Amino acid sequence: MTTATAPEVTPGTTGERSSRARVAHLVQRQGALVILVFAAVAATVAFDSFGTQRNLTSIAVQASFLAVVALGMTFVIMGGGIDLSVGSVFALGGVLAAWGSQHGLLVALALPLAVCGAIGLVQGLVIARGGLPPFIVTLAGLLFARGLLLLITDEGSTTYKVPPGAAFREIAQGKLLGLNYTVWVVIVLFLLGGLVLHRTSYGSTTLAVGGQEDAAQLMGLPVMRSKVIAYVTSSLLAALGGIMIASYTSSGVTILGVGMELEVISAVVLGGTLLTGGAGTVLGTLVGVLLLQVIKNIINQVGSLNSNWQAVVSGVILLVVVTAQQWLARVERR
Amino acid sequence: MTTTATPPTRAEAETRRRRGLDLDWVRTNGVYVALALLFLLNVVWTNNFLTERTLLLQLIQVTPVVIVALGMALVIGTEGIDLSVGAVMALAAALIPLYVGYGAAMAILIAVLVGFVTGSLAGSMVAVVGVQPIVATLGIMVAGRGVANLLGGEIKTIREPGIVSLGSESLLGVPYVVLIAAVIAALVWFAARRTTYGRQLVAIGGNKRAAELAGLPVKRVVITTYVVAGVLAAIAGVLLAARSQASDPTKLGQLMELSAITAVVIGGTPLSGGQVRIIGTIAGALLMQLIFATLVFHNIPDSTAQMAQAVIVIAAVYVQMGRRRSTS
Repeated sequence: MTTATAPEVTPGTTGERSSRARVAHLVQRQGALVILVFAAVAATVAFDSFGTQRNLTSIAVQASFLAVVALGMTFVIMGGGIDLSVGSVFALGGVLAAWGSQHGLLVALALPLAVCGAIGLVQGLVIARGGLPPFIVTLAGLLFARGLLLLITDEGSTTYKVPPGAAFREIAQGKLLGLNYTVWVVIVLFLLGGLVLHRTSYGSTTLAVGGQEDAAQLMGLPVMRSKVIAYVTSSLLAALGGIMIASYTSSGVTILGVGMELEVISAVVLGGTLLTGGAGTVLGTLVGVLLLQVIKNIINQVGSLNSNWQAVVSGVILLVVVTAQQWLARVERR
Repeated sequence: MTTTATPPTRAEAETRRRRGLDLDWVRTNGVYVALALLFLLNVVWTNNFLTERTLLLQLIQVTPVVIVALGMALVIGTEGIDLSVGAVMALAAALIPLYVGYGAAMAILIAVLVGFVTGSLAGSMVAVVGVQPIVATLGIMVAGRGVANLLGGEIKTIREPGIVSLGSESLLGVPYVVLIAAVIAALVWFAARRTTYGRQLVAIGGNKRAAELAGLPVKRVVITTYVVAGVLAAIAGVLLAARSQASDPTKLGQLMELSAITAVVIGGTPLSGGQVRIIGTIAGALLMQLIFATLVFHNIPDSTAQMAQAVIVIAAVYVQMGRRRSTS
């Protein structure tokens, strides 16, 4: 992710913009939302079972695991980086939580957060201080976290079970107002994420670093700190996603999270966050996650369709949305 | 990167230059040195390492990575990246059982054509539409793997004699797959080093804007590069299917994009583009294969092997980074 790319569309460009440009800007940022609404309406009309409360709750719960991880990734990408390790860290967090749940709720929560936070800290320090490319560092993190997972599970042959009746199960299986706690966790975290991005100096520093790192450095912004925080947060949130899924499935499944980093990145990109960094919204990411989940759900509703269509449709939608974003950005620049 | 306040004296500059050169030599040739050392280590420590069987097996196992990494090196040279290679391998392999009825040659041709199509799509998205390489190829990767699964379904065995012999027979003691990889390596090296295309590619990767202003055919070169990467990935998929006499669309080529990128980067090609090192890339792939093999020979479990690989990758790139910092 270098800065030697074509001129970016910066959000705050002053001067009179044509109404066409403003519409283009809106559609570019909210394109995924348009598709999401369209898909949801179409699915409600086409399938009786789609709009039921049960199905919608299931979509929300299934999306919550991906959403938590995608929130961390959003901050990393907005800061001009990328985190490929989240899938492995997610799985590692789940396994550690399941193991820890045998020793009480506190261990089940603290252990994965501590271990995965440490992985994020090392990655952040190597990237920020060592100046190594995030792509490579987090690729190594992907291998390392998966290796650690295999190490503590006898090469993947042991699946730790959450003991029956453990308080840990409540995290994902307990409900408040008909919604699982995990969904509430997502709502609270995304609200917090939005506040951090728009209302704190950390948020603006992250955007500045992603927009133009050299300039941010020259302005005296804490560039290194902002990067390290982003990677630590990303790993912590990936671990939290793992904790949630371990509670949901009552076990530490070792094969989870393979390729999840790419699904998370697509959700973030669909949400309108530019991979070059410097721009993006937290809400957009949530929309991107929901869009991917709704596509999965719709393909499940069409009983005759092979589940591999999920991948095909997700991939094609990603390509179409980014092509549209690029085209709209060009319209806007004119 | 260098922030010297006062100009150094001539003697100082001289020693610094010499030390810089020495370090530079290690950094440029580190991958070869590491490869040679690890090879010697295995000769001494590993039983039955220096046998034709073991060595040929290592070479056969590394061929898909080498072929894919060569294409990846070219793409990275343009300041791009191709995440779709693993999915393209699976897609090509999935087509073989479907078209094998028309004969081995036809099936292989169609499989390789798929690489041409996905490569053209990726290249056009990057060069014409202006989508970032990582996003464009990510979309193709996700969709491509899905299509491979749809077409291939379950694991299918391949019994066609032509394809089976391609994967299992040898010429003068050298397996066909290794020969093909060697020919491809020679061709890619020639294209990168001795042709206008190679020079244009490096120029575009170094500074796209300048290349455009200089009137280079930027779009054509970038699209060609992704097409080459796609075709090479498809060939790797065909060879892997031929060797295992089966096509498994779910597993085949999985994580290949990461192995290939690692080989390229360890071989000394910077991710920031503008440089392509073909021999280094091959050495990088061989080094990663040998590291993994060494750990397997000595019964180190998968878990430790993966963690060791992670540390080695970081260390190797750290050394590479130093080179760029000292030369810039």
